[in-house]
Amino acid sequence: MTGRHQRASDRLSRTLSGAMERVGPALGRVRLAAPSAVRRLGRPAAVAGAVAATGAGAYAATRAWVRRPEAAPGEGMDLHAAVTVKRPRDEVYRFWHGFEQLSAFMAHVESVTTVGGVTHWTARGPAGKAVEWDARIVEDLRDEVISWRSTRAALVPNSGSVRFRDAPGGRGTEVRVHLRYDPPGGRAGLAVARLLGEHPEQQVRDDLRRFKQVMETGEVVRSEGSPEGARALRQLRRRPAQPVR
Amino acid sequence: MKAACWMGRGNVEVREVPDPRILNGHDAIVRVTSTAVCGSDLHLYDGFVPTMKKGDILGHEFMGEVVEVGPDVRNLRVGDRVVVPFTIACGRCAACGLGLYSVCENSNPNAGLAEKFLGHSPAGAFGHSHMLGGYPGGQAEYVRVPFADVGPITIEDGLADEQVLFLSDILPAGWMGAEMCDIKPGDVVAVWGAGPVGQFAVAGAYLMGAEQVVCIDRFAYRLRIAERAGATTLDYEEVDVRDALLDLTAGRGPDACVDAVGMEAHYANPALYAYDRTKQATRLESDRPYALREAVMNCRNGGIVAVIGLYTGFLDKFPMGAVMNRSLTLKAGQCHVQRYLKPLLALIREGDIDPSFVITHRLPLGEAPRGYQLFRDKQDGCNKVVLTP
Repeated sequence: MTGRHQRASDRLSRTLSGAMERVGPALGRVRLAAPSAVRRLGRPAAVAGAVAATGAGAYAATRAWVRRPEAAPGEGMDLHAAVTVKRPRDEVYRFWHGFEQLSAFMAHVESVTTVGGVTHWTARGPAGKAVEWDARIVEDLRDEVISWRSTRAALVPNSGSVRFRDAPGGRGTEVRVHLRYDPPGGRAGLAVARLLGEHPEQQVRDDLRRFKQVMETGEVVRSEGSPEGARALRQLRRRPAQPVR
Repeated sequence: MKAACWMGRGNVEVREVPDPRILNGHDAIVRVTSTAVCGSDLHLYDGFVPTMKKGDILGHEFMGEVVEVGPDVRNLRVGDRVVVPFTIACGRCAACGLGLYSVCENSNPNAGLAEKFLGHSPAGAFGHSHMLGGYPGGQAEYVRVPFADVGPITIEDGLADEQVLFLSDILPAGWMGAEMCDIKPGDVVAVWGAGPVGQFAVAGAYLMGAEQVVCIDRFAYRLRIAERAGATTLDYEEVDVRDALLDLTAGRGPDACVDAVGMEAHYANPALYAYDRTKQATRLESDRPYALREAVMNCRNGGIVAVIGLYTGFLDKFPMGAVMNRSLTLKAGQCHVQRYLKPLLALIREGDIDPSFVITHRLPLGEAPRGYQLFRDKQDGCNKVVLTP
């Protein structure tokens, strides 16, 4: 293989992981090039075709099993995520119910404080700008469900619930989180978009992954390459797997 | 400290990097006394594993002395001599509870990335891409060992490093390949790949009662080592593998077939080799599956195909028709090392197996680049390289 082709395929392999991160409908429309086409075409053309087709092919292969609509800007946003935690249901419920502990695994939540039935949330977006809001518990059934809704003063109206269920066959507890954000648009909408990033559902999944780590092992699992723990959005800017100085 | 770093395709450099420190309560820091280069390091070296980053510290086969423990590690003490499994496992999730340590649900901080490639995430591993966690490896003077209360096994007695080092990966990997064959009296087992993992699969299959073990490769020096482990050997550049297997089993085919080759297989037919090599180079497929195709096609009806060679992505022309119509059972997995440490250490202690027979090269850590090059290019009869920091 010549250096030029080598570099092209190197670039491809680097960008492939980036492409994998992006949830977009466009790639679904790209047709896979047949292997015979690769043989028929000249080498540079074949490589170029392969580059285009491989992105689509690998994408199709990994995405074949999931199809998730994305919220349009300005509309409300519904997020779901679920995880199975190998701990008893009452323990899992209790941990969540101690709202102050939620910041241990919610990446951008700085702190949660509770006064009466109202929780005060402080979060920090990637730009470092603090966002604060109050939420009122609207339903709290022991070992079953906790749901909340932001108070009227919240910049971004939001609500959410977490439901707990015994997993079958002694597998622990199934935890299902549902969040809804109603950004009003304008600067407030921008603030919430910044806070949630481009892939809010991925962030919720990462939060639940860390929740599971904390419940099962007592710690957020970190590596030198990903010192902040499970956070898919940071992985394109990851550092090498070397000790942190 | 000094560490062997991946600096791009075909480029390993020993560099000065920061010393590791405790990040979590379950961590320990180990001063590495022996470490080895694995066949799967060559897949990283050759640039076939996605999500590597320049500067990543390599190495997942290592042992050493505990020099520091986190507050939650109660089973290890400073000064303990330990072998560390290459997969990192929390010991507390459902998978670990079932003994499936290499698919631990908690140990990969980059699980979200792995899910994009693999559907669900396997465990994290030392020195093995960011998809598997971005953990620095053990081809270094020191290494941080997460979940040190779960993985490492203490070596108390006078066994030499070289006798126990391979407990970290290749000995249990080969053993698990043989175990997946579910060996019954009279069984003939065929092992593709006479590298160290294949050699250990041969040894394991005999210890599990196989009637005959056939080992297939193209390098005479590796086949000779497999022969010493008892194998009937086939050089696929000299003989027709299918004819030979049909003859050895009087037409039945091997009862179980082990693929100890993985994604960078070679093939005696130059045209077919070029076909897959081109597709892999242009990323139309990520893995070259000749050994696996051949294992599937040759396995007897109703037999078992066990895959322990490393695959990372997607295959083309996989003979699924043979698997389905001939009632084959396909088993696969990264080794659940933690499961095998105690029983295999006992076998070593009792002298049933001395894993050091695979070693051909002993080099200081500073010569890691040469070790990689010798091992990849199959020069100087290089079967297994052990590095000493």
